[in-house]
Amino acid sequence: MPQTLIQPEFKVDIDYDKCHKCGRCVQQCGWGVYAFNERPLPDDAKCRACHRCVTYCPAHCITIKKNDLAMKTNDNWSDAARKSIWKQAETGGVLLTGMGNDKPYQSIFDHLVLDACQVTNPSIDPLREPMELRTYLGRKPDSVSVESDGDGGYRLAEGAGMTNNVELATPIIFSPMSYGSVSLNVHKSLAMAATRLGTLMNTGEGGLHADLYPYAGNVIVQVASGRFGVDPEYLNRGAAIEIKVGQGAKPGIGGHLPGEKIDRQVSSTRMIPQGTDAISPAPHHDIYSIEDLRQLIYSLKEASGYKPVGVKIAAVHNVAAIASGIVRAGADYVYLDGFRGGTGAAPQVIRDNIGIPVEIAVAVVDQRLRDEGIRNQASIIAAGSIRSSADVAKAIALGADVVAIGSATLMALGCHMCQGCHTGCCSWGLTTQKPELTRRVDPEWGAERLVNLVSAWSHEVQEILGALGVNAVESLRGSRERLRAIGLDEQTCRILGVKPAGM
Amino acid sequence: MKQVMDPTVPQVGYLKIEPPVAREGDTATIDAKNIYYRQLNEAVRRAYADGAKKVVLENVNGQRYIGNGITGKDLKIEVRGTAGNDMAMFMNGPTVEVFGNAQDGVSNTMNAGTVIVHGDAGDVLGYGMRGGRVFIKGDVGYRVGIHMKAYEGLVPAMVCGGKARDFFGEYMAGGMLVLLGMNSQFEGPLVGGYLGTGMHGGVIYVRGEVEPWQTGKEVGVFEASAEDMAELKPVLEEYCAAQGMDLAEVLSVPFTKLVPVSHRPYGKLYAYT
Amino acid sequence: MPYDIDAVRDFDPRRFREESPFKIHGGCGLMGICDESGSLMGGEIAIRALAIQHDRGNGLGGGFAGYGIYPEFADHFCFHMMYADTAARQNAEEVLGRFFAVDLAEPMPTRAVKGIDDAPLLWRYFLRPDADKLHAGDESAEDFVVHAVMLINGTVDGAFVASSGKNMGAFKGVGYPEEIAHYYRLEEYSAHTWVGHNRFPTNTPGWWGGAHPFTLLDWSIVHNGEISSYGINSRYLEAFGYKCTLGTDTEVAAYLFDLMLRRHKLPLELACKALASPLWTEIDRMPEDEQALLRSLRAVYGPGMLNGPFAIVLGFNGGMVALNDRIKLRPLVAARTGSVLMVASEESAIRAVMPEPDRVWMPKAGEPTIARVSGMDWPIHGDLHLSPSALSCAVTGTEFSCAEETVEVS
Repeated sequence: MPQTLIQPEFKVDIDYDKCHKCGRCVQQCGWGVYAFNERPLPDDAKCRACHRCVTYCPAHCITIKKNDLAMKTNDNWSDAARKSIWKQAETGGVLLTGMGNDKPYQSIFDHLVLDACQVTNPSIDPLREPMELRTYLGRKPDSVSVESDGDGGYRLAEGAGMTNNVELATPIIFSPMSYGSVSLNVHKSLAMAATRLGTLMNTGEGGLHADLYPYAGNVIVQVASGRFGVDPEYLNRGAAIEIKVGQGAKPGIGGHLPGEKIDRQVSSTRMIPQGTDAISPAPHHDIYSIEDLRQLIYSLKEASGYKPVGVKIAAVHNVAAIASGIVRAGADYVYLDGFRGGTGAAPQVIRDNIGIPVEIAVAVVDQRLRDEGIRNQASIIAAGSIRSSADVAKAIALGADVVAIGSATLMALGCHMCQGCHTGCCSWGLTTQKPELTRRVDPEWGAERLVNLVSAWSHEVQEILGALGVNAVESLRGSRERLRAIGLDEQTCRILGVKPAGM
Repeated sequence: MKQVMDPTVPQVGYLKIEPPVAREGDTATIDAKNIYYRQLNEAVRRAYADGAKKVVLENVNGQRYIGNGITGKDLKIEVRGTAGNDMAMFMNGPTVEVFGNAQDGVSNTMNAGTVIVHGDAGDVLGYGMRGGRVFIKGDVGYRVGIHMKAYEGLVPAMVCGGKARDFFGEYMAGGMLVLLGMNSQFEGPLVGGYLGTGMHGGVIYVRGEVEPWQTGKEVGVFEASAEDMAELKPVLEEYCAAQGMDLAEVLSVPFTKLVPVSHRPYGKLYAYT
Repeated sequence: MPYDIDAVRDFDPRRFREESPFKIHGGCGLMGICDESGSLMGGEIAIRALAIQHDRGNGLGGGFAGYGIYPEFADHFCFHMMYADTAARQNAEEVLGRFFAVDLAEPMPTRAVKGIDDAPLLWRYFLRPDADKLHAGDESAEDFVVHAVMLINGTVDGAFVASSGKNMGAFKGVGYPEEIAHYYRLEEYSAHTWVGHNRFPTNTPGWWGGAHPFTLLDWSIVHNGEISSYGINSRYLEAFGYKCTLGTDTEVAAYLFDLMLRRHKLPLELACKALASPLWTEIDRMPEDEQALLRSLRAVYGPGMLNGPFAIVLGFNGGMVALNDRIKLRPLVAARTGSVLMVASEESAIRAVMPEPDRVWMPKAGEPTIARVSGMDWPIHGDLHLSPSALSCAVTGTEFSCAEETVEVS
């Protein structure tokens, strides 16, 4: 019997006339594609098209091609569906994958267009004139009460005004990715970049490594069901605390970091023994209902001197009501993770079939909070495949205060979206703990690339604001009048609160 | 109120009639009182066509486009009253002297000539001005000298005797912009924020000091050197002569010089795809 | 409660022809003048100020509001009414009779003006709230008046309340302001405060009620410019129950003033700072206490910040306030002669009224220019307690704004 019915997805093509026989490809590949016998010999079946070897080949002699082995065309039984069946018939396993949902669902962002000023009001030059992106993350009072300062002016009344908000220089933050799922060097890159940018990185659920303490003022510390690395010091170090209830890539299920990834460093950061599995239960076992969430939120506030506490949820069908409950439970922000959000590892069936797009989630949550008169009480963070500054601007126009980017940050650090994060073999040294791989990311280099990316996107958001004729991001936030839909059905338009183009 | 109100102003605004013109030698005097700008400016052009060299406009109040597009080096316009929007726009050579304030948009895209205002001037003064002189006695508004430029022999200069609001010298590409801060009724600093923001050519001189928050990120701030003062002094001499001010007093405070740090301040902003 | 919400619900909102699901664009000229001593100035002042700014409008809207114009009825609420026909007048008068003692009802004095041939029937009424009905409920006189306005605008076909304050009135219509003023014989009135507006809309308002100023009770608003943040401003207000059905910046500005001044009790100066917030870099340079205040103000009222070019004048019985956007994208000039403060889009408008003022200046971006009539009360909203939706409903009288339940946010 054949070992497998599944033929390789890619073909590794080496032009041996050009090849230096230097073995760099062998050394660079994390997947073990190459054997070496006088010259590199690829095993196509192991290749994930991550292009690490291609990038580092000094002779430029490697080409990765799609294996164009023909299968009988069948629009119903896709090649992927057939391969999945063969895989499961061979193994009996749940299909595990990494990164976000790659199925061709309609992208709503790609069907929204922004407005610009012409004649009746002026566009604004974002380079020369003020163009403000500063954003405060957290709960704001519904109104400001003041008292006389005795000198003809006013000051805030006792206890009035905005407190415990986190100041962001740009409405783009980094999304949670735990140390364990990504390497320490990735965490360092994110933390250094966040500090330089005046924005936030997020620990994810794996604790805060001591090397990141100098940057802790720009870190959100996450508390998830596994409570890894959570102690009073951790809660007090961060700029804000986040309760992770769910993740867009795998709503409703927990996590599992295998023991082989729990080295000494991960072990000390997560505060669990080396080599044991790190299991995150599906629910928080102290949150079985909304009033329990309130209890946990205030417990965290008590323990941290009332730092802002946010709640991250996956965008699911009833997200508006859930978010309303979260805000009423005392959360300072609601983090909405759409169904295209990435992950270090998730069952494919969950990743690809559960949850709703972040565009819809932001629209319905923002509207619900407004309808209930509690929109000022919490910020909304939108995440789950924010691919460009255009997505940033559109998410903000739909009602988000801030967007969080994860997959994009990994791409800035070299990720090629090969979706092999769950293997722990990432050739780019990102989603792995193998020292020979993790050292491939120099945190200084990584930080610079992340600063570049966020600076470029921020500039582009400023360009968009300028075209819209506003000079502060709060004037775009929730301003759906500045969006129009092209090719979305009427019901979706209504849900988004966006008119079709031409209206 | 009744006593200060001018009873002769009609309640229908300007009248679309030909203004009374009195001619004496090469001077034509036009009473602009209540005359619509179109008839007024037509009368000015006609006076020049009839050989006048100087036109005096009496009782001006807000009429737009005075001196608009007029070419001729030796022509003069004297405005008595408040000059309206877009005065001296596209002007190419004449001298316009205003005894009063000027509204917004003076010397917009002016090519050559001289504008002297013995009062304040409003926002967006000298937008895209390419040549000539603008001498304002008092305060100026927002976005003054915006995108002033120089081209071959055309090098504009503007001196404002009072204070200025935000965006002074925005996008400045050439010429000389001077701010004295002397004849002012503004409270606070002599210039607002975003001074020289986007500046990529020319020079700004400020009488006194500027703080870092006031300047755009594209400018370098220096103490004016003896060489700089040698360049500035002839312009100030002209200004003082036009405004009846004492040059020594103007020069009694050290000047600050602002120049762009780069002719291409955004060279690194873009990544080509 | 003396009004019938079901009747309001059944009303056809299309009567209000300016009601729009879209943003209405436009530019304008404006003026405001106030004698802080309370002395009265003739209406010709307002006319001259706008006539000289003729080219700032396009003949599709002009209007004025004057304060102190009815000293002989100073304590009466004066309703300026617009009627499509006599039946509308009779129906509206029937409603007025249910709410008020009518001490005088008369046609507005007008004169024929060439080019104005589509004027509605214009009447005015001097009213006292019916004491029995007023005291039967727990409403203030102002609440009572707004309910009456709501009922008329919402249910009486062909009737519209152009203004409803005490000792003040709005005079507005479709035409150039000097034509409208001539039609209303504005020079026959004297006021301590005048505001006026010359409109350049890019749409075609067909209806006199849609001209500016925008009024309710004592307050009137005129506005020049185009607010680019309209989308979020209106959504912000909707969360408090206001319904922005006119699609105009003026409506949004009026509700924002109501929200901040009346409901949130912010001082006028701070409300202006919220509407035209200082830049963050300016806030960062302020003394610590002021920083804390302004940072909170901006973060809390950010969705209400009017972003984009505007100049605005708010008139009321105690004076007026003029305000510019935060980077001065629309013109505004101010002048003072003795106790008289005047603002306008152009200096020429000021000099058409006072040729040699004591002082003329250009107000700083985002800094309010305020005139207070001595001896008159602030705040500007009187004893009003109604919900935002009731206000919106009163202003527009449309089904959309009246029918929905509102969320009360304290």
